[in-house]
Amino acid sequence: MKFRIALAQINTHLGMVEQNLDKHLQWIEQARQGGADLVIFPELSLTGYVLQDLTPTVAHSPTADDPVFQKLLQESRSLDIVVGFVDEDRRHRFFIAAAYLSRGEVMHVHHKLYLPTYGLFDEGRFFAWGDHISAFETRFGRMGMLICEDFWHASPPYLLWLDGADVFLFMSASPGRGLSAKPQLESARWVEQLNQAYASLFTAFVVHANRVGYEDGLNFWGGSTIFDPDGNELLKAPYHQESLVFAEIDMNQLHRTRARLPLLRDERTALVQRELERILNRSTQMNR
Amino acid sequence: MHEIDLTIDTDLTRQILCGFLKTEITRAGFQHAVVGLSGGIDSALSCFLAAEALGAQNVLAVRMPYKNSSADSLEHAQLVIDQLGVESVTIPITEMVEPLFQRDPEMSSMRRGNIMARARMIVLYDQSEVFKGLVVGTGNKTEILLGYTTLYGDSACALNPLGDLYKTQVRQLARAMGVPEVIIQKPPTADLWKGQTDEGELGFTYTEVDKLLYLLVDQRYSPQDCVEAGFAEEFVRKVVEKIRRNHFKRVLPPIAKLTNRTVGYDFLYLRDWGT
Repeated sequence: MKFRIALAQINTHLGMVEQNLDKHLQWIEQARQGGADLVIFPELSLTGYVLQDLTPTVAHSPTADDPVFQKLLQESRSLDIVVGFVDEDRRHRFFIAAAYLSRGEVMHVHHKLYLPTYGLFDEGRFFAWGDHISAFETRFGRMGMLICEDFWHASPPYLLWLDGADVFLFMSASPGRGLSAKPQLESARWVEQLNQAYASLFTAFVVHANRVGYEDGLNFWGGSTIFDPDGNELLKAPYHQESLVFAEIDMNQLHRTRARLPLLRDERTALVQRELERILNRSTQMNR
Repeated sequence: MHEIDLTIDTDLTRQILCGFLKTEITRAGFQHAVVGLSGGIDSALSCFLAAEALGAQNVLAVRMPYKNSSADSLEHAQLVIDQLGVESVTIPITEMVEPLFQRDPEMSSMRRGNIMARARMIVLYDQSEVFKGLVVGTGNKTEILLGYTTLYGDSACALNPLGDLYKTQVRQLARAMGVPEVIIQKPPTADLWKGQTDEGELGFTYTEVDKLLYLLVDQRYSPQDCVEAGFAEEFVRKVVEKIRRNHFKRVLPPIAKLTNRTVGYDFLYLRDWGT
């Protein structure tokens, strides 16, 4: 089974959902014209990233009666769409979220699990921490979504892998930092290494959509990528420029790679569970 | 001392900084930039970046000599103007500052220097209105950290492309962008009085202090770690103290908090809010 994926490496307007929605609709149309079956937007693609006190004013619920999602769901009848947004739950907690839309329905919503609140980041001040992780079925196979800091930690991708994800959809609004003599920012190098490593470790597809543009002094570096189950780079968008890039995902590659390299078959989950319980019990005692 | 390499990829830096100037000036509703051109390397580089980002015709270079300013300063600024083809204007500050100077013949060099820096700020912000352009800053990371700047004077700007580059990195980028070599080579000076040089006044060279600042700030070394890395204890102490004492120049004046929502504490928005 093959399908065509588009990465919408966009810039956004800070706190302007209507303008960003218009841009999404235009890029979705371009993705459709480019033959995409699935188009992926970056983290917080409908709102911009450094929201601070704008957070409560840009929140939406991923439901058919929400004016923003109504239009996106309409578009999703002809191709699947992943968007980033601020989700306000019924108890009025705000989450950094990603929604997978397909055939007019919301197939899955992921709430960011890890909110970086250090260095230049202040997400924990404004957002609630997501508390669930699961893979989900799509018409192309089982997938999992993570948002930026989620995949700087090893456990969320691992959990998604065990939950059956063969395609990892990662979304970022990653500020560029770490200037050196190399022609690549350290933040870009770091993320690319992680994604290539996950593709290799999990013999799976790792798709990463990162945004571009500036917010005050922060630059977002783009460089969206897809790595295949052999850890090879299938696609790489340019750094720092808006671009819509396409790649074909051949799901039969999973068969070929895993026939050669049965890492998933040999993964000793019972051992992990047993040892994890022991380690966590012991560390609870040690921390007393 | 182990090797501390401050080399930067100048193509990448140039791309990010030009994108920053173009995007942020445009989002603020402007197409033009105003740069105070002193004849030194920092303002020359800011002018080169602004010209590349916006087009030379959209950049106004302002020369603001005082009667005692060195002739080199004016000439070197002219080299930049001619090379880039930016718009330019020369507005001497002598007539603005002399009446203040004459009120106090005992006035120290520092006071006179600060008055001149602030007079130039007034001229620049006035030209900002005339040219409908934003004032592009010229302060680098070294001088910002050391506080080697006049508050509301040369530090005043609408946005600053150079503030995260150490002086030695400014030199690299300036060379890569084609800033005239005579400007890159000459000893850095605020040219506020005769014979003044940055390094003479600071008491150390940029090459030395940039490496120390890189360890202290970027690499989060403790002062003791820096001494163990080979820096003289007295030098480290002096620099650490300069950074601390000048922090007031790097933050907005604190507002006394009274209500539940106070500007600066819990009224938090980027400048790019809504654009």
